[in-house]
Amino acid sequence: MSVFDFFKWLQYSSLLTAMRSSSWIFPVIASFHLMGLALLGGAVLLPDLHLLGVGMRQQPFAHIARNAERWMLVSLAILLPTGILQFMCFAATKYYYLIAFWVKMAALLLALLFTFTVRRRLLLGDETGLGLVRRRIVATVSLSLWGTVALAGRLIGFP
Amino acid sequence: MSLQHFCEWLAGTPGSTALHESLYLYLIVLSVHVLTLSLFVGTAAMLDLRLMGLTMQHVPVSELMTWLFPWTAAGFVLMIASGALLFYAAPLARYHNIFFRAKMVTLAFAAVNVGVFYRTIYRRRAEWERNAIPPRRARVAGGVALGLWALLILLGRMIPYQVYWFDCNTQPQPAIVNLLAGCALVGGK
Repeated sequence: MSVFDFFKWLQYSSLLTAMRSSSWIFPVIASFHLMGLALLGGAVLLPDLHLLGVGMRQQPFAHIARNAERWMLVSLAILLPTGILQFMCFAATKYYYLIAFWVKMAALLLALLFTFTVRRRLLLGDETGLGLVRRRIVATVSLSLWGTVALAGRLIGFP
Repeated sequence: MSLQHFCEWLAGTPGSTALHESLYLYLIVLSVHVLTLSLFVGTAAMLDLRLMGLTMQHVPVSELMTWLFPWTAAGFVLMIASGALLFYAAPLARYHNIFFRAKMVTLAFAAVNVGVFYRTIYRRRAEWERNAIPPRRARVAGGVALGLWALLILLGRMIPYQVYWFDCNTQPQPAIVNLLAGCALVGGK
Protein backbone atom coordinates (compact mmCIF):
# COMPACT_ATOMS: atom_id res chain seq x y z
CA MET A 1 0.00 0.00 0.00
CA SER A 2 1.44 3.37 -0.99
CA VAL A 3 1.38 6.45 1.23
CA PHE A 4 -1.38 7.88 -0.97
CA ASP A 5 -3.51 4.73 -0.67
CA PHE A 6 -3.08 4.86 3.09
CA PHE A 7 -4.17 8.53 3.19
CA LYS A 8 -7.19 7.67 1.01
CA TRP A 9 -8.12 4.81 3.32
CA LEU A 10 -7.92 7.19 6.31
CA GLN A 11 -9.94 9.96 4.73
CA TYR A 12 -12.75 7.67 3.56
CA SER A 13 -13.04 5.55 6.69
CA SER A 14 -16.56 5.56 8.12
CA LEU A 15 -15.52 7.57 11.20
CA LEU A 16 -14.02 10.36 9.12
CA THR A 17 -16.90 10.39 6.66
CA ALA A 18 -19.26 10.89 9.58
CA MET A 19 -17.01 13.64 10.98
CA ARG A 20 -16.93 15.55 7.71
CA SER A 21 -20.70 15.56 7.45
CA SER A 22 -20.91 17.62 10.63
CA SER A 23 -20.36 21.35 10.19
CA TRP A 24 -19.19 21.99 13.75
CA ILE A 25 -16.84 19.08 14.60
CA PHE A 26 -13.99 20.35 12.42
CA PRO A 27 -13.85 23.93 13.79
CA VAL A 28 -14.20 22.67 17.38
CA ILE A 29 -11.29 20.26 16.88
CA ALA A 30 -9.31 23.08 15.25
CA SER A 31 -10.03 25.27 18.30
CA PHE A 32 -8.63 22.66 20.66
CA HIS A 33 -5.58 22.39 18.38
CA LEU A 34 -5.10 26.17 18.80
CA MET A 35 -5.46 25.90 22.60
CA GLY A 36 -2.70 23.29 22.45
CA LEU A 37 -0.60 25.64 20.29
CA ALA A 38 -0.97 28.40 22.88
CA LEU A 39 0.08 26.14 25.74
CA LEU A 40 2.98 24.71 23.74
CA GLY A 41 4.08 28.29 23.01
CA GLY A 42 4.44 29.01 26.72
CA ALA A 43 6.08 25.68 27.47
CA VAL A 44 8.70 26.19 24.72
CA LEU A 45 9.28 29.92 25.24
CA LEU A 46 9.99 29.88 28.97
CA PRO A 47 13.03 27.57 28.95
CA ASP A 48 14.30 29.10 25.69
CA LEU A 49 14.11 32.67 27.02
CA HIS A 50 15.83 31.36 30.14
CA LEU A 51 18.59 29.81 28.02
CA LEU A 52 18.97 33.01 25.99
CA GLY A 53 19.75 34.78 29.26
CA VAL A 54 16.61 36.94 29.17
CA GLY A 55 15.64 37.35 32.83
CA MET A 56 15.38 34.81 35.69
CA ARG A 57 19.16 34.71 36.23
CA GLN A 58 18.76 33.57 39.84
CA GLN A 59 16.50 30.59 39.05
CA PRO A 60 18.07 27.22 38.21
CA PHE A 61 17.49 26.09 34.61
CA ALA A 62 16.32 22.67 35.71
CA HIS A 63 13.41 23.94 37.83
CA ILE A 64 11.81 26.01 35.04
CA ALA A 65 12.68 23.34 32.46
CA ARG A 66 11.18 20.43 34.37
CA ASN A 67 7.94 22.33 34.98
CA ALA A 68 7.73 23.57 31.39
CA GLU A 69 8.33 20.03 30.11
CA ARG A 70 5.34 18.72 32.04
CA TRP A 71 3.09 21.29 30.37
CA MET A 72 4.69 20.65 27.02
CA LEU A 73 3.64 17.01 27.35
CA VAL A 74 0.11 18.15 28.23
CA SER A 75 0.06 20.42 25.16
CA LEU A 76 1.31 17.57 22.96
CA ALA A 77 -1.44 15.35 24.36
CA ILE A 78 -3.91 17.97 23.06
CA LEU A 79 -2.10 18.79 19.81
CA LEU A 80 -1.36 15.30 18.49
CA PRO A 81 -4.90 13.77 18.58
CA THR A 82 -6.56 16.98 17.32
CA GLY A 83 -3.88 17.34 14.65
CA ILE A 84 -4.25 13.74 13.51
CA LEU A 85 -8.04 14.13 13.28
CA GLN A 86 -7.74 17.31 11.19
CA PHE A 87 -5.22 15.56 8.95
CA MET A 88 -7.47 12.51 8.53
CA CYS A 89 -10.39 14.70 7.43
CA PHE A 90 -8.60 15.65 4.20
CA ALA A 91 -5.56 13.34 4.11
CA ALA A 92 -5.77 12.23 0.49
CA THR A 93 -7.41 15.24 -1.16
CA LYS A 94 -5.45 18.04 0.53
CA TYR A 95 -2.57 17.14 2.87
CA TYR A 96 -0.88 14.65 0.54
CA TYR A 97 -0.30 17.43 -2.03
CA LEU A 98 0.72 20.18 0.39
CA ILE A 99 4.45 20.87 0.73
CA ALA A 100 3.64 22.79 3.95
CA PHE A 101 2.26 19.57 5.48
CA TRP A 102 5.40 17.55 4.74
CA VAL A 103 7.61 20.44 5.93
CA LYS A 104 5.59 20.58 9.14
CA MET A 105 5.96 16.84 9.74
CA ALA A 106 9.72 16.97 9.13
CA ALA A 107 10.16 20.04 11.37
CA LEU A 108 7.97 18.46 14.06
CA LEU A 109 10.08 15.32 14.09
CA LEU A 110 13.29 17.35 14.34
CA ALA A 111 11.82 19.68 17.00
CA LEU A 112 10.73 16.74 19.17
CA LEU A 113 14.08 14.98 18.75
CA PHE A 114 16.03 18.13 19.54
CA THR A 115 13.84 19.07 22.52
CA PHE A 116 14.02 15.69 24.20
CA THR A 117 17.73 15.05 23.55
CA VAL A 118 20.15 17.99 23.14
CA ARG A 119 18.01 20.70 24.75
CA ARG A 120 16.79 18.49 27.58
CA ARG A 121 20.31 17.36 28.46
CA LEU A 122 21.53 20.96 28.49
CA LEU A 123 18.63 22.19 30.65
CA LEU A 124 18.63 19.40 33.19
CA GLY A 125 22.35 18.77 33.21
CA ASP A 126 25.23 20.22 35.16
CA GLU A 127 24.90 24.01 35.37
CA THR A 128 28.63 24.67 35.46
CA GLY A 129 29.16 23.45 31.92
CA LEU A 130 26.69 25.91 30.41
CA GLY A 131 28.49 28.45 28.26
CA LEU A 132 26.31 31.36 27.14
CA VAL A 133 27.13 30.79 23.47
CA ARG A 134 26.11 27.14 23.62
CA ARG A 135 22.92 28.02 25.50
CA ARG A 136 21.99 30.66 22.95
CA ILE A 137 22.59 28.31 20.02
CA VAL A 138 20.38 25.61 21.57
CA ALA A 139 17.58 28.10 22.34
CA THR A 140 17.75 29.56 18.82
CA VAL A 141 17.61 26.12 17.19
CA SER A 142 14.66 25.18 19.41
CA LEU A 143 12.73 28.38 18.64
CA SER A 144 13.47 28.05 14.91
CA LEU A 145 12.30 24.44 14.75
CA TRP A 146 9.08 25.05 16.69
CA GLY A 147 8.55 28.29 14.74
CA THR A 148 8.79 26.32 11.49
CA VAL A 149 6.23 23.81 12.80
CA ALA A 150 3.80 26.63 13.68
CA LEU A 151 4.34 28.58 10.46
CA ALA A 152 4.01 25.52 8.22
CA GLY A 153 0.92 24.56 10.20
CA ARG A 154 -0.59 27.96 9.49
CA LEU A 155 0.24 27.61 5.78
CA ILE A 156 -1.72 24.32 5.67
CA GLY A 157 -4.83 26.34 6.50
CA PHE A 158 -4.34 28.78 3.61
CA PRO A 159 -7.00 28.71 0.89
CA MET B 1 -23.80 57.57 15.56
CA SER B 2 -24.81 54.00 16.40
CA LEU B 3 -22.36 51.11 16.26
CA GLN B 4 -24.22 49.85 13.19
CA HIS B 5 -23.70 53.18 11.39
CA PHE B 6 -20.09 53.34 12.48
CA CYS B 7 -19.50 49.86 11.00
CA GLU B 8 -21.26 50.87 7.78
CA TRP B 9 -19.07 53.96 7.52
CA LEU B 10 -15.95 51.92 8.31
CA ALA B 11 -16.86 49.32 5.68
CA GLY B 12 -17.12 52.12 3.11
CA THR B 13 -13.57 53.39 3.64
CA PRO B 14 -11.09 52.42 0.89
CA GLY B 15 -8.70 50.71 3.35
CA SER B 16 -11.40 48.26 4.43
CA THR B 17 -12.14 47.22 0.85
CA ALA B 18 -8.42 47.01 0.03
CA LEU B 19 -7.73 44.76 3.03
CA HIS B 20 -10.82 42.65 2.34
CA GLU B 21 -9.88 42.06 -1.28
CA SER B 22 -6.11 41.81 -0.84
CA LEU B 23 -4.53 38.57 -1.98
CA TYR B 24 -1.95 38.14 0.77
CA LEU B 25 -2.22 40.97 3.28
CA TYR B 26 -5.41 39.66 4.89
CA LEU B 27 -3.90 36.17 5.24
CA ILE B 28 -0.71 37.61 6.73
CA VAL B 29 -2.70 39.60 9.31
CA LEU B 30 -4.77 36.50 10.12
CA SER B 31 -1.60 34.42 10.52
CA VAL B 32 -0.07 36.98 12.87
CA HIS B 33 -3.30 36.91 14.90
CA VAL B 34 -3.31 33.11 15.15
CA LEU B 35 0.41 32.52 15.73
CA THR B 36 0.63 35.27 18.37
CA LEU B 37 -1.57 32.98 20.48
CA SER B 38 1.59 31.06 21.36
CA LEU B 39 3.21 34.26 22.68
CA PHE B 40 0.24 35.96 24.37
CA VAL B 41 -1.86 33.07 25.68
CA GLY B 42 1.27 30.92 26.02
CA THR B 43 3.01 33.21 28.50
CA ALA B 44 -0.27 34.21 30.20
CA ALA B 45 -1.24 30.56 30.67
CA MET B 46 2.08 29.69 32.35
CA LEU B 47 1.47 32.52 34.85
CA ASP B 48 -2.14 31.35 35.40
CA LEU B 49 -0.87 27.82 36.06
CA ARG B 50 1.60 29.23 38.62
CA LEU B 51 -1.27 31.12 40.29
CA MET B 52 -3.15 27.81 40.46
CA GLY B 53 -0.13 26.22 42.12
CA LEU B 54 0.33 23.83 39.19
CA THR B 55 3.80 24.82 38.01
CA MET B 56 7.13 26.44 38.99
CA GLN B 57 6.25 26.31 42.67
CA HIS B 58 9.70 27.53 43.76
CA VAL B 59 9.44 30.75 41.72
CA PRO B 60 7.84 33.73 43.53
CA VAL B 61 4.77 34.93 41.61
CA SER B 62 5.98 38.54 41.21
CA GLU B 63 9.34 37.33 39.88
CA LEU B 64 7.56 35.25 37.24
CA MET B 65 5.30 38.19 36.38
CA THR B 66 8.23 40.60 36.02
CA TRP B 67 9.93 38.11 33.73
CA LEU B 68 6.95 37.34 31.53
CA PHE B 69 5.21 40.74 31.47
CA PRO B 70 7.06 42.26 28.46
CA TRP B 71 6.37 39.09 26.43
CA THR B 72 2.70 38.87 27.39
CA ALA B 73 2.31 42.62 26.76
CA ALA B 74 4.00 42.38 23.34
CA GLY B 75 1.72 39.46 22.49
CA PHE B 76 -1.32 41.43 23.63
CA VAL B 77 -0.42 44.46 21.49
CA LEU B 78 0.08 42.21 18.42
CA MET B 79 -3.23 40.43 19.15
CA ILE B 80 -5.21 43.67 19.45
CA ALA B 81 -3.55 45.29 16.42
CA SER B 82 -4.02 42.27 14.14
CA GLY B 83 -7.52 41.69 15.55
CA ALA B 84 -8.49 45.31 14.87
CA LEU B 85 -7.31 44.90 11.27
CA LEU B 86 -9.33 41.69 10.89
CA PHE B 87 -12.36 43.62 12.11
CA TYR B 88 -11.55 46.50 9.76
CA ALA B 89 -11.47 44.09 6.79
CA ALA B 90 -15.16 43.22 7.30
CA PRO B 91 -16.76 45.51 9.90
CA LEU B 92 -20.41 44.69 9.17
CA ALA B 93 -19.89 40.94 8.91
CA ARG B 94 -18.07 40.93 12.26
CA TYR B 95 -20.64 43.23 13.87
CA HIS B 96 -23.45 40.83 12.97
CA ASN B 97 -21.47 37.71 13.86
CA ILE B 98 -22.71 36.03 17.05
CA PHE B 99 -19.34 34.41 17.77
CA PHE B 100 -17.55 37.74 17.36
CA ARG B 101 -20.00 39.41 19.75
CA ALA B 102 -19.59 36.62 22.29
CA LYS B 103 -15.81 36.88 21.92
CA MET B 104 -15.85 40.61 22.71
CA VAL B 105 -18.02 39.98 25.80
CA THR B 106 -15.60 37.22 26.88
CA LEU B 107 -12.68 39.59 26.34
CA ALA B 108 -14.36 42.13 28.62
CA PHE B 109 -14.80 39.44 31.31
CA ALA B 110 -11.11 38.51 30.95
CA ALA B 111 -10.12 42.15 31.43
CA VAL B 112 -12.32 42.43 34.54
CA ASN B 113 -10.80 39.22 35.93
CA VAL B 114 -7.26 40.57 35.47
CA GLY B 115 -8.28 43.93 36.95
CA VAL B 116 -9.92 42.40 40.02
CA PHE B 117 -6.88 40.17 40.58
CA TYR B 118 -4.48 43.14 40.54
CA ARG B 119 -6.66 45.24 42.83
CA THR B 120 -7.33 42.59 45.45
CA ILE B 121 -5.28 39.48 46.17
CA TYR B 122 -2.19 40.63 44.22
CA ARG B 123 -1.89 43.69 46.52
CA ARG B 124 -1.22 41.27 49.38
CA ARG B 125 1.24 39.17 47.38
CA ALA B 126 4.00 39.61 49.98
CA GLU B 127 1.99 37.25 52.23
CA TRP B 128 1.66 34.42 49.74
CA GLU B 129 3.73 34.76 46.58
CA ARG B 130 6.41 32.36 47.78
CA ASN B 131 3.89 29.66 48.67
CA ALA B 132 3.92 26.60 46.43
CA ILE B 133 0.11 26.73 46.43
CA PRO B 134 -1.26 30.31 46.38
CA PRO B 135 -4.46 31.17 48.31
CA ARG B 136 -7.85 30.24 46.92
CA ARG B 137 -8.62 33.68 45.42
CA ALA B 138 -5.39 33.64 43.41
CA ARG B 139 -6.05 30.08 42.25
CA VAL B 140 -9.56 31.06 41.16
CA ALA B 141 -8.24 34.12 39.27
CA GLY B 142 -5.75 31.88 37.44
CA GLY B 143 -8.33 29.20 36.66
CA VAL B 144 -10.93 31.70 35.45
CA ALA B 145 -8.32 33.39 33.22
CA LEU B 146 -7.28 30.03 31.75
CA GLY B 147 -10.92 29.13 31.02
CA LEU B 148 -11.57 32.51 29.42
CA TRP B 149 -8.48 32.25 27.16
CA ALA B 150 -9.73 28.84 25.99
CA LEU B 151 -13.22 30.24 25.37
CA LEU B 152 -11.76 33.20 23.44
CA ILE B 153 -9.85 30.78 21.19
CA LEU B 154 -12.96 28.64 20.61
CA LEU B 155 -15.19 31.65 19.83
CA GLY B 156 -12.54 33.21 17.58
CA ARG B 157 -12.13 30.01 15.60
CA MET B 158 -15.91 29.75 15.14
CA ILE B 159 -16.31 33.28 13.67
CA PRO B 160 -15.93 32.23 10.01
CA TYR B 161 -18.22 29.23 10.55
CA GLN B 162 -21.35 31.07 11.64
CA VAL B 163 -22.80 31.02 8.08
CA TYR B 164 -23.29 27.26 8.49
CA TRP B 165 -25.91 27.85 11.17
CA PHE B 166 -27.14 31.41 10.99
CA ASP B 167 -26.78 34.49 8.89
CA CYS B 168 -28.68 37.78 8.88
CA ASN B 169 -29.07 37.43 5.11
CA THR B 170 -30.80 34.03 5.38
CA GLN B 171 -34.23 34.59 6.87
CA PRO B 172 -36.34 33.41 8.54
CA GLN B 173 -34.29 32.38 11.56
CA PRO B 174 -35.17 32.28 15.25
CA ALA B 175 -35.96 35.66 16.79
CA ILE B 176 -33.31 35.08 19.46
CA VAL B 177 -30.63 34.70 16.77
CA ASN B 178 -31.78 37.90 15.05
CA LEU B 179 -31.67 39.68 18.38
CA LEU B 180 -28.22 38.40 19.38
CA ALA B 181 -26.72 39.10 15.96
CA GLY B 182 -28.45 42.48 15.70
CA CYS B 183 -29.97 41.62 12.33
CA ALA B 184 -31.85 44.50 10.71
CA LEU B 185 -34.95 42.88 9.24
CA VAL B 186 -36.22 44.22 5.94
CA GLY B 187 -39.85 45.34 5.97
CA GLY B 188 -40.42 45.99 9.65
CA LYS B 189 -38.86 45.42 13.02
